[in-house]
Amino acid sequence: MNFLSDPVTFIGNWLTGLVASLGMPKETAAAWVTGVAVGILPLLAMLWVLVLIWYERKVIGRLQDRPGPNRVGPFGLIQPVADMLKIFLKEHILPAGVDRIPYNLAPILAVGGVLGMWIVVPFSATVHGVDINVGALYIIAVGAIGTLGIIFAGYSSNNKYALLAAFRVVAQLISYEIPMVLALLVPVLLARSMGMNTIVQAQPVWFILAAPLAALLFFISSIAEVGRSPFDLAEAESEIVAGFNTEYSGLKFGMFYVGEFLHAFTNSLIFTALFLGGWQGPGAEQFPILGFIYFFLKTVVVHFLGIAIRGSMPRFRIDQVMQLNWKLFTPIALAAFSAAALVEKLAANLGDAARIGIHILVNAVILGVVLLIGSRVFKARGIRLDALAERNRAAVKLSMEKSHDS
Amino acid sequence: MTISWLYIGIFLVVSLGLPAVAIILAGILAPKKPSPEKSIIYECGVDTHGETWVQFKAQYYLIGLVFLIFDIETVFLYPWAVAFDRLGLFAVLEGLLFIGILTGGLVYAWKKGAFEWA
Repeated sequence: MNFLSDPVTFIGNWLTGLVASLGMPKETAAAWVTGVAVGILPLLAMLWVLVLIWYERKVIGRLQDRPGPNRVGPFGLIQPVADMLKIFLKEHILPAGVDRIPYNLAPILAVGGVLGMWIVVPFSATVHGVDINVGALYIIAVGAIGTLGIIFAGYSSNNKYALLAAFRVVAQLISYEIPMVLALLVPVLLARSMGMNTIVQAQPVWFILAAPLAALLFFISSIAEVGRSPFDLAEAESEIVAGFNTEYSGLKFGMFYVGEFLHAFTNSLIFTALFLGGWQGPGAEQFPILGFIYFFLKTVVVHFLGIAIRGSMPRFRIDQVMQLNWKLFTPIALAAFSAAALVEKLAANLGDAARIGIHILVNAVILGVVLLIGSRVFKARGIRLDALAERNRAAVKLSMEKSHDS
Repeated sequence: MTISWLYIGIFLVVSLGLPAVAIILAGILAPKKPSPEKSIIYECGVDTHGETWVQFKAQYYLIGLVFLIFDIETVFLYPWAVAFDRLGLFAVLEGLLFIGILTGGLVYAWKKGAFEWA
């Protein structure tokens, strides 16, 4: 165990030794050091947001053919720090008639709920936060707290548009929770465990190979959970002013954005851990620092995909969002999960390669069936709409002739 | 195992406390010049009319109801998935039957028009 191959454990052991030398039992010292480390992790995550904001603005800028932030510091790297300082010194306006307790609690919950997920993320072979045996369930439970913050904000603002945004958020976020939870069930089933580190260790072959449909559903639903374009109905500025955070100012307003940027990255972390093998890679067991690097690189790829989608897709309508979820994603998720369970049981005696092959085949069949039915439905709807338009044209023509006669 | 939950407790307290402390600190540092004009709610830029607690679509309520059923029933599937190796073929088929009943509920809600946004 040296510093270069596993710095976190090395520093941890060194600190434990230091505390123990002050005359504390070894176990107590270790527990104290872990407790302090656990307390520092949210701080690091909060600071990491500064990098995320810069990265996201730069990428979105590039996608839209403009340079992005490039004035403050090299490549505009100091821009988020300047923005943070500015927003930190802005006045907090408390509008008349707001419901004070939920109003002030909302930004705290929006950030705290997202930060809370970081504790179960396995960063490398030796550093995996707290490895509880219900990690996946914990992520779902804590992830829902952020939603609560947005609902509080919209509900307590004494603003009709914010209230409308809160309704939309309730409808959208709880709907997309269903395919997300069902898609998350597939890696849990494949790993036979809810512990995040166990799920990662069960992936010498990434789960995205055995469960491509579940991975796709999880990815799209997690974008909807963050409430980003194309699912950013809660802040549709052309319809409901600024959405749920219209009445917020100063750092309270900023906290919602901190929560959003962090949520997007956290979901990429979780996606990587669940479907892309987490820290797994050549040499990750012997040199845990390599695990960090693999995990980080995979996460950046997933995160970049999310930003690219944000930068290039127009916004859905509320009815489209709902129908996409309940009429497409939920049935696919149910089918994909049932198929995965059946294949796992029936092909249990086959080798790994054969079983994964069957998994891929079954996923392809489900996707094919969905595409076939979908194309039929769209064709039928197109014919129906054409007929409707034809009838309207005829009616308009008739009424024009009548008015001409009289 | 129990100590893990203690760490999670510390972590949750710190992660809720961090934004709270930041907001309180900013509230102390920021200027405070309240005025009656400033504290009028912004809404959409013009003066607000009538009650904020307007009537809303019953559709949101229906979606909430369907969600409740689905979410609770999918959470039941988690222990089933974890104990998968210890289940016989019969228990697996039983689980699939459970999903089938769930699908029945989905089809029922669909036919009733719970997902139509009209």
